[in-house]
Amino acid sequence: MTEAAVDPKLLEILVCPLTKGPLTYDRERQELVSEQAGLAYPIRDGIPIMLVDEARKLDEEG
Amino acid sequence: MNDPIAPFDRNALRRHRARAARIDNADAEFLFAEVGERLIDRLDDIRRSFPVALEIGARRGALRTALSGRNGIVTLIQADPSPAMAAAGTGPRLAMDEEALPFGNASLDLVLSNLALHWTNDLPGALAQIRRALRPDGLLLAAMIGGDSLIELRGVLAEAEAGVTGGMSPRLSPLVDVRDAGALLQRAGFALPVVDIDRIDVSYPDALALMRDLRAMGEANALAERPRTLARRDVMLAAAALYAERHGDAEGRIPATFDIVYLSGWAPDASQQKPLRPGSGQISLTQVLGEDDVS
Repeated sequence: MTEAAVDPKLLEILVCPLTKGPLTYDRERQELVSEQAGLAYPIRDGIPIMLVDEARKLDEEG
Repeated sequence: MNDPIAPFDRNALRRHRARAARIDNADAEFLFAEVGERLIDRLDDIRRSFPVALEIGARRGALRTALSGRNGIVTLIQADPSPAMAAAGTGPRLAMDEEALPFGNASLDLVLSNLALHWTNDLPGALAQIRRALRPDGLLLAAMIGGDSLIELRGVLAEAEAGVTGGMSPRLSPLVDVRDAGALLQRAGFALPVVDIDRIDVSYPDALALMRDLRAMGEANALAERPRTLARRDVMLAAAALYAERHGDAEGRIPATFDIVYLSGWAPDASQQKPLRPGSGQISLTQVLGEDDVS
């Protein structure tokens, strides 16, 4: 493991801050994806960045 | 341009926190440590366990260190608005904005906050989100900078600026008082709300040292309407001189007042004490008062 892992308990209870809808963990890209909001929240060094300003829009390829 | 109901610039707050994350200033941490201890004392009085707790505005994790192994908290998740500040801690943590809380309904047993919620634009909204994220009978325990905090600095800055530039700009935040805080907790749907205030007087060599510490604490001016130019040195020096003249003690040091507003409230649960239903009384009011008094 080269990257710090997200705390599993945290991963279990996080929701999209905008829609309060579910998130999918994209291990490959280290992102938490909210399909409803069309946003992917980055995870940096195991720390989810749950800020809309920092999220990637899903319709844009990032 | 600025939203009149959003007094605080949250991006500026994140920048101030990120800057504070780079400054290692133990003196500036004093207030957080002191209030953190007082919060933990309150938590110690509550005999129950909290499997999952969230700390809002955790900074470097001072509260986590002070809490270690106490109070029946199994998982403490630390949140800060600044990704850089969140990166400075240890343990489970995230960057988030308490005005857009990324936690589902009834997912937390305890929400703690040590001197962070005074930067929240929509405090009623944030409290309502916290209440929904708490499990029934979950607890919110928070300390906020409020009341007459920094009243001396407010006064001398306003006066110095008026003297030097002939105008005034907002330099310090509007703060919550005890009565507001109680009403807010109730409005957000918390049961058994309790609010109280505690004054802490801190002594500084001079006003410039106080202002330096506020910056190191990540507490620099984040008002949306703040002046965008750098604070003028002549205004700051005039304010410092006024501060010393008005408030200085015999040794030439200055006091700074911090009023800490403590809030606690529980997510409603059937097990909690509550007022009786109207009409459920067993004794008639006329019996208590006597027939003559109510005729």
